[in-house]
Amino acid sequence: MNKLYIFLKYFFIVVWTVFVIAPFLWALTTSFKDFQSVNGGVTYIPWVDFEPNLEGWKVLIKSPAKGGVDIIEPYFNSLFVTCTASLISIILGTLSAYALSRYTFKAGFVKNNDITFFFISQRIMPPIVLSIPFFLFLSSINLLDSLTGLIVVYIVLLMPIAVWIMVDFFNKVPREIDETALIDGCNPYQAFLKVVLPNSIPGLIVAGMFCIIFGWIDFFFAFILTFTEVQLLPVKIVALNSSVTPWWSLSASALVSVAPLIIVAFIVERYLSKGNLSGAIK
Amino acid sequence: MDLVANNLSYKPDDQYHLNEVSFNFKEGNLYTILGRTLSGKTTLLKTIAGLLTPDSGEIEFDGKNFLKIPVWERNVAMVYQQFINYPHLNVFENIAFPLKQRKIDQSIINEKVMDALKSVGLLGYENRKIQELSGGQQQRVSLARSLVKNAKILLLDEPLVNLDYKLREQLREEFKNLFSKGLADETILIYSTTDPRETMELNGEVIVLDEGKVLQVGPAKEIFENPNSLKVAEISNDPPMNIIEAKISDNQIRFEGIDVEAPQHLSKLTEDGLKIGLRSSDIELNENGHEFEVELAEISGSETLLHLKRGDTKIIVSIEEVLNFKIHDKVKINFKIDRAYAFHADGKLASSPFGGLNG
Repeated sequence: MNKLYIFLKYFFIVVWTVFVIAPFLWALTTSFKDFQSVNGGVTYIPWVDFEPNLEGWKVLIKSPAKGGVDIIEPYFNSLFVTCTASLISIILGTLSAYALSRYTFKAGFVKNNDITFFFISQRIMPPIVLSIPFFLFLSSINLLDSLTGLIVVYIVLLMPIAVWIMVDFFNKVPREIDETALIDGCNPYQAFLKVVLPNSIPGLIVAGMFCIIFGWIDFFFAFILTFTEVQLLPVKIVALNSSVTPWWSLSASALVSVAPLIIVAFIVERYLSKGNLSGAIK
Repeated sequence: MDLVANNLSYKPDDQYHLNEVSFNFKEGNLYTILGRTLSGKTTLLKTIAGLLTPDSGEIEFDGKNFLKIPVWERNVAMVYQQFINYPHLNVFENIAFPLKQRKIDQSIINEKVMDALKSVGLLGYENRKIQELSGGQQQRVSLARSLVKNAKILLLDEPLVNLDYKLREQLREEFKNLFSKGLADETILIYSTTDPRETMELNGEVIVLDEGKVLQVGPAKEIFENPNSLKVAEISNDPPMNIIEAKISDNQIRFEGIDVEAPQHLSKLTEDGLKIGLRSSDIELNENGHEFEVELAEISGSETLLHLKRGDTKIIVSIEEVLNFKIHDKVKINFKIDRAYAFHADGKLASSPFGGLNG
């Protein structure tokens, strides 16, 4: 029984690992292939099945004048927009969430829960519905086709996620902890910064991760709200496509664009596996 | 420096949490607030701490209007019934937190924290994480944190209620010692509880609270011996005092076909609607007694609680040993009637065996 359990455990771990890693291996090998090797039947092993070359990767950094698509600038644009928008969303979202969790707001029939739902409702609408108002809004303040404009839009999209996750999290932190901090001589701001926030790190990590992922993978708004001045990575990658699908450079760009998320995942995993963060509050 | 509460009322919904509560807490004394759950104990303590603002009324401390001073400047300490500590800090840092907040020199902090750890019996635990401690130890940490501040007002809100029986006994004993010697002379200690036994053992000034109203104030012994009303008699006894509707005539107490000779302090009461109060411990099993039917028998610790019935009269008897009874068993009991109380129809005390009123 025990042996069977161990066998099954490792069996499924292996299956799952293959399932997760195979696409990466596929993308990695494909990125070093040329037209011949991609379309000339099944090939896997470099130097044996096909002759590897760097053409797929070179296209990514060559300037358009030389027949490439320069993704370096869009790459850093994307990093900048995602990180800035996520950071601001987390800060504003956490503050709003704390207020919604601890204080009672009332304006006519609108109460705390309605305000929380208002935040979430921003994510319920299909993006296409939001695109026109966003477009008109940005054009009216002259921020179309600019990094600042994108950051503003991304904050609108990401902050609800942060509010949603953090309200739930703060509701689970006993109020008595804040009260004890007040009794122990903290003013409300100190109570938040010194006591509530340090106990909310798991929530902050989860919210931050969601913000970064949703910000990083967005294609739709980046596509609609930018033209020539500013471009983000997802839009640029799509621009790679032409009459002949360039699998090699698409694979290379896929690997490059997924890299930051993998790094984030490893950092977060480090934090969460320390174990002292989750379940800190009974 | 006395703490004076004046006509405090708080009514956040359709029920009073505090209803015109007035009291004068004198420095250097221990006060016990006794009341059932939802009687307003926590509300009163939170109001004193400054976590709640009453709808009306005043609190004065040291001649100053206490309600105008924010919580963090009031210099009070509070221990909750839940074990509230800062989970991200270890035991030492938890206890040092209020001192750090006052920007006290680190060497003095070290000394004070060690003293506090010693007085709650947690020396050697200073580097532990809070989550690694048992419930009792966690509550000791919060107690140490409230002691270390040397606060003028120390509030304890049912600090033992979430602990198991044995720990509760043990901590109660430690608390008693701590309160009697560990506190500065000018500290006002306010301890709230639902447990009459705890009240008796702490032996301080008792404030009986019910539905936000102060029912009776006095030393623990006085509350126990001469409860001024049926409500207080119920609250200050566990299990609650048995209330029997009876009639007294010809020097006999009559109910459910039973005649018991009235003791002297009850013999003159002949009015209608009289209620006789008798503690569950003042009824005993006796071969020659009156027959009752067992409705329920529960064993709690080393005593047996018998729920008995005869006609419309239901009583609870506590017996200091573990006995087995079946439902519908017939038992015979005797009343220690000279320990009986009498209450008027409106619930006010008519006579007590300890000399209250007509006695």
